[in-house]
Amino acid sequence: MNAPNRPELSQDTELPLMQVRGLTRYFGARPGCIDVSFDVFAGEVLAIVGESGSGKSTLLSLISAQLKPDQGAVHYQMRDGVNRNVLELNEAEQRLLMRTDWGFVHQDPAMGLRMGISAGANIGERLMAIGARHYGDIRSAAQSWLTCVEIEPDRIDDLPKAFSGGMRQRLQFARNLVTQPRLIFMDEPTGGLDVSVQARLLDLLRELAANLGLAVIIVTHDLGVARILSHRILVMRRGRVIEQGLTDQVLDDPQEPYTQLLVSSILQA
Amino acid sequence: MPGDFEKAMVRVENASKTFVMHLQGGTRLPAVAHARFTAVRGECLVLAGPSGIGKSSLLKMIYGNYRCDSGAIHVHHQGRYIDVAQASARMILRLRLETVGYVSQFLRVMPRVSAFDVVCASAKAQGMNDALARTETAELLDRLHLPKRLWNLPPATFSGGEQQRINIARGFISDHPVLLLDEPTASLDAANCAVVVELIAEKKRAGVAMIGVFHDHEMREKIADRVIDVSQFSAREENCG
Repeated sequence: MNAPNRPELSQDTELPLMQVRGLTRYFGARPGCIDVSFDVFAGEVLAIVGESGSGKSTLLSLISAQLKPDQGAVHYQMRDGVNRNVLELNEAEQRLLMRTDWGFVHQDPAMGLRMGISAGANIGERLMAIGARHYGDIRSAAQSWLTCVEIEPDRIDDLPKAFSGGMRQRLQFARNLVTQPRLIFMDEPTGGLDVSVQARLLDLLRELAANLGLAVIIVTHDLGVARILSHRILVMRRGRVIEQGLTDQVLDDPQEPYTQLLVSSILQA
Repeated sequence: MPGDFEKAMVRVENASKTFVMHLQGGTRLPAVAHARFTAVRGECLVLAGPSGIGKSSLLKMIYGNYRCDSGAIHVHHQGRYIDVAQASARMILRLRLETVGYVSQFLRVMPRVSAFDVVCASAKAQGMNDALARTETAELLDRLHLPKRLWNLPPATFSGGEQQRINIARGFISDHPVLLLDEPTASLDAANCAVVVELIAEKKRAGVAMIGVFHDHEMREKIADRVIDVSQFSAREENCG
């Protein structure tokens, strides 16, 4: 309870930014995701939690159009206000969405960054992909986003290889944010980082999401991360969403046996 | 305003709650049974009764932190009543932003955020401008005798009493028409308890409905307009009898 302050949420009358309906995907006989449905609204942080193998990363791949489902639909309100089934967009349309209105933050920054080009180029690349050509503009945008993610702007010409794990992750945020997306997918963004680095990253993430009014769908196995960042939570087990609701309600008053087990397994620091 | 004449801010109607502990073989722990009371504008209602009788659980049910198994909890919000027991997650978040504040015994904050910013953010969340929010934060922290050297530090390392004062400042700086107080003075000294008595009196004059749990008798006598004995709603009593 007493979650940190969050931005005002949109009104009930507003349409969800994303509507996921009946998403199902099997890998052979093994279920990845079974009949998953939920909504995400603008400015809302939704956490998907569960243990390894629960299907949360599969779900993230499905809703971000990186993996095709066997069944189901992902409706998204495009920037022009038109509601489209993401799975029915052609490849070029999907790519454009991924480069502009969506962001994807990977657990391993090496997957979300190009390690062989400078920090500035990593940020600028996404701008150039949507048509930016003016070198000075791109460089100053890169500089200002570096500052936003708390990286000294004079590191702009350094390679990500020279950055610490936490800095790389922040650079990944900047690379995603430069096109001013409305929805960001995150897969364990604080996994594998030292606790102190994690805390800084979480705080930055919370601020960015609130100040930019971003919708975030974050996959994490860490219930502490979910509590700090998210408004709502989905608990997954064996491919299904077994419980969902207001984050503090699910964590403080869990109804399902599995959720109770997850919550009771947290170590108290 | 359509709701101005309406004085009842919170109406708890036959609300019940039982915890089912699945990891303990499905043990049922009844917490609250058929609770029924109303809190009106400008009053401080104190929930009384022995420890473990469900006072905090009731506050958490009103805040939407605990689910309600049956019954209704109507909160007056923007001119109409919202039933917290049935409300969507998004509606509950909006209630918390605009209508229902909560001051608990424990502070849970982000690791890097300073005490000052914790309180200031609470004011700004409801739309107060930055300058005014900063002025009011400074005034309130001063009133609660929080040493200035602590203002810019994250409260994680503060003492229990210092953290509690941050909690109180955060809860009282915002402009919620309903305020839930879960033992906010549990670890405060007499001087700071006196400040809280004043703050509560100011909220009453502003028409805020408060529902609180206070173990300290002296404190209770100073602030309570009405006392509700929660043991009458206790399922445990029922089972024993």
